[in-house]
Parts: sequence; C-alpha cells; structure tokens
Amino acid sequence: MEPAITANNKARASASASKSTSARKKRLQETIAGWIFVGPMLIGTALMTLIPILASVLISFTDWSFIKGIDEIRFVGLDNFAGLTQDETFITSFKNNFILMLAIPITMAISLLLAIIIKNGVWFKDLFKIIYFMPYISSVVGVAVVFQVLFHPSLGPINQFLMKIGIEDPPKWLADISYSLPSVMLILIWTQIGFNMIIYMAGLQNIPKDLYEAASIDGAGSWQQFRNITLPLVSSTSFFLLVTGVVYSFKVFDLIAVLTEGGPANSSSVMVYYLYDVAFTNLRTGYASAIAMVLFLCVLAITVFQWVGQRKWVNY
Amino acid sequence: MKLSKILLTILMLACGILFLLPFIWMISTSMKFEQDVFHYPIEWIPVNFNGFSNYMKVWVGDYPFYLYYWNTIKVTVLTTFISVLVSCMAAYGFTKVHFRGRDALFLIVLATFMVPQQSIIVPQFILMRSINLFDTHIGLILLGSFSVLGTFMIRQFFMSINNEFIEAARIDGAGHTRIFLNVTMPMIRPAIATYAILRFIWTWNDYQNPLIFLRTDQYYTLQLAMNKFADTYGQFYSLTMAAAVSAIIPLLIVFLIGQKQVIEGIALGGVKG
Repeated sequence: MEPAITANNKARASASASKSTSARKKRLQETIAGWIFVGPMLIGTALMTLIPILASVLISFTDWSFIKGIDEIRFVGLDNFAGLTQDETFITSFKNNFILMLAIPITMAISLLLAIIIKNGVWFKDLFKIIYFMPYISSVVGVAVVFQVLFHPSLGPINQFLMKIGIEDPPKWLADISYSLPSVMLILIWTQIGFNMIIYMAGLQNIPKDLYEAASIDGAGSWQQFRNITLPLVSSTSFFLLVTGVVYSFKVFDLIAVLTEGGPANSSSVMVYYLYDVAFTNLRTGYASAIAMVLFLCVLAITVFQWVGQRKWVNY
Repeated sequence: MKLSKILLTILMLACGILFLLPFIWMISTSMKFEQDVFHYPIEWIPVNFNGFSNYMKVWVGDYPFYLYYWNTIKVTVLTTFISVLVSCMAAYGFTKVHFRGRDALFLIVLATFMVPQQSIIVPQFILMRSINLFDTHIGLILLGSFSVLGTFMIRQFFMSINNEFIEAARIDGAGHTRIFLNVTMPMIRPAIATYAILRFIWTWNDYQNPLIFLRTDQYYTLQLAMNKFADTYGQFYSLTMAAAVSAIIPLLIVFLIGQKQVIEGIALGGVKG
C-alpha cells in the first residue's frame, strides 16, 4: 500500500509540477504576446510623446537654441519663465487665448438651437446635418484663404454688401487691430458649429420622449420645456463640449497662421502661434519650451477641472 | 403643425444656403476672370467663364497641384493604414491578452492624450532632425501613426467583444495572431471604418506638421502648397479660389460618400482631432 501511495503521490506531484511549468510557460507566452501587440504603440508613444515632453521640460530651463550643439546647453533656472511675465507679446497672446474662449458658448448656443430645430421641426434631417457639418470637414487653410478675400477691407464682398446697405465705414476685419480676433472667432464658430450640433443631437436622442409629453399635458409651453427638461438633461453634453472646446481653443494654430500670422500688431496672436514664431523664426528653443510648458499646464488644468467638474455640475 | 414645419424647413434651408455662401462664392469665383471677381452685385454664375484656364494654372503651373495631390494621398493613406494597424494591435493587447502591468501601461498611454502636440513639437523637430527624418514623408507619417485616440476608440469596441469567442478559438488551438486577424478584426470593422475615415480627414487637412517638418517644395502636401500658392498669387483671387476649391472639394466628396460613418462616429465617440 505504502509504496503505491508514495508512487501515486509522486506521480501527482510530478504532474502538478509539469502542470505548473506548462502554466508558467503559457503565462510567459501570454506576456510575450501582450508586449508584441502593444509594443508598436508603446515604442511610438515613448519616442514621439514621452521623451519629447521630458525634453521639453528640461529645455525650458535653458537658453539653448537647436542650431547650437548639445554641448552648449546652459541652464538658466527660471529665467525663461520670468522673461515670459515681462514679455508683452506673450501676455497679449495669453490674453487672446482667453478671449478666444468666448466663441465657445456662442457656438454651443447656436448648435443647440440648430440641433433642436433639426431634430423636431423639419424635413430632410440628413441634408441639414451635412450642410452644417461641411465647414468642419473642410481644410482650414482653404477656408482661411477664402475668408481672407471675403473680409478684404475695401473690395471684399462682405464690406461691399455692408456699404451698399448704408454702413459707410465698415470694419477692416482682419486688417484692423480691434477686429482681427473677433474675425478669427467668427470663422472658428462657423467651422465648429457642425461638430457641436452633431454631439448635441446625440445628447438629445437620450432624453425620454414621455418627459415632454407629461410636461405638455401639465401645460408647460415650449420655452418651459426647454428650460426645465432639455437644458438640464443635455448638461453632460454641454459640459463635454465646453471642455473639448476650451482644449481645442488652445490648439488653434492653422487658422491664425494662415489668416493673420498673429497680426496686425500681435492683435490676433495666441500662445501656440507665438510658440511657433519663437521656436522656428527666432530659433529660441529654450524660451519656446517655456511657452510650451505654460500651454501644457493650461491644458492640464482643464483636464483636472473636467475630472472634478463632471461630478459637480452635471445634473440629472 | 404641418404649416409650421413647412415654414421652418424653408427658413432652415435659407439659413443653410447662407451658411454655405462662402463655399458657393469660392466655387463661383474660381471660374471667373480676375477683373470680374469683385464685381458688385455678385455674379453667382460667372458671366464670362474662365474656369478652365484658372484650374490649369493651379494643377500644372508653377505649383503643380497634381504632385501635391500625389504627396498628400501617399502620406494620408500610409498614415491612416499604419495608425489603424498600430491602434488595433494595441487595443487588442490591452483588452484580450492578459499580462502583468497591462493596465498600468494603458494608463500611461492614455495620460499622453492630454499633452497638446504643440507643447512637444520642438523636441519632436529636434528628434526628426537627429534621425534624419526631417523633410521626409516617412517622418511625417511616423508623427501621425501613434494615436492614443484611435487606440482608445478601438479599445472600447474590443471590450464589447465577448471573451467566449476568444476562449473558443483558443481551445481550437488558435494563437493570438490568428484570433486577432480572423476572429476579432471582422467584428470591429465598423469601428475601424469610422476611425480610418476620421484619421484620413485629419491627416489630409493637417497644416501644422507639414509646415514644420517639410522644407523641400517637391515634398509639400496639398495644404502647405495651398498656402504657398496663396502667398505667391495672393493678388489673383480667381486663381487662389481655384486652388482653394482644389484643396477643399475632393475631401468634401469623400465626406459625402462616407457621411453616415463620419457623423455617427463623431456622435458616438465625441471625438475631436
């Protein structure tokens, strides 16, 4: 009996041992497979994003220029950041970033209105979706070039029209210090309405119909229904659009680079444009990296705000 | 009710036309003689037609748009293809393969999503110069190929695939490569289509990366060439508009063909380039 038991135990032990080696082998295979699948993405992210962000942080504390050699890197502490607080072009650009944000609520309001009308009140819904979506798909460079001509101070169709209807001294739009940024915002609104509208339509889709039926039985008018049902129930959509809109507003480069090049007199410059100018025209890599840090921190702050805010302000 | 719907539809159509007037003006101007461009009242349908000569100048003139089209198609198609492949692989790895550290890795990748590209564009520029990919299409393609957004979007779809399919295939002896290609890929085809169309549009319209990472004329993409063209021929508005039409319209046609996919994809993911 005893030897048999031992033999049996031995057999079982060796079986479990081979089982555990095969399990370990399997797990190893699984791990290798996993790394192979995520490998390209990891390498790409590390090389194209992670290392550059670390490099950006480091360079922002130097007065380096990339046309100099690596050995000429000199750390200057917080000098670049101190410089930014004295730099009028930067301060204007920074301020303009915040003025640009005014376009977001306007875009959202128009988009919500359009979304409600298209969803409830018209035929050819798909056609309207396509129409309002077209500017969003269009190349920003092409759009900018078209608007440059449309906004032409003396000959452009917009001002010709304004003069014909009796406005004698229409604004010079892109050529005018106080109108250049509003003109950019106007175009921004025009291009972003489609995106906002589509997202709002998806949000409206989720509101149960019986809420409106119940409300209208109780005698609530359209405005009351809008105030008390639609608006609160799309608040999560609104919040999402607000956050993505703000993040996007920090990244608007193409439009300004083509339309105004930040001018006239920096009146339409924003941080990303100034960053580009400092980095690739003035070749001040260190200083540009300091601007990049400010930009990054702004976007980071919005992301944190999004995490906190999602809980607090989205009500339903 | 009926009447108000009719009125509202008509009103909305009028608004829609107003909304698209810049495009209509652009197309009409691109077919005019220069001296007719600012004619007021606007001739929406050109009285004197000069479209052929304008478009010839754009397509085979000093800035040969046929070349820039070819460059753009090359860069866009390759970027889209690689980006979709990389994102799908990563999404599969992050959902259907179990290995230690997987979720931490995904979090790291996801965290890079909040880094605006402009804040790292200088180091990227230095990197591209140091590995000799500055002023090449390969460099441009690489820059657009590793998309966190794409990985995230496609991962959502992979998560909705029941693991039983995978287990069943494993029992049949299939390895991960075969499961990935033959079992899961067909299931997430709609997600791939949506992401591919979006990536295509974003890459096609991108101006910033070509501006910074290309220098030689003959490598220019369409958007970059469009701006150079406008700089050179800035005073010839009919020509500039013909170039703008050439830069905008083909993509609008792609959009019209795939509009359902694009609009649904945007609504679904709430994505933004």
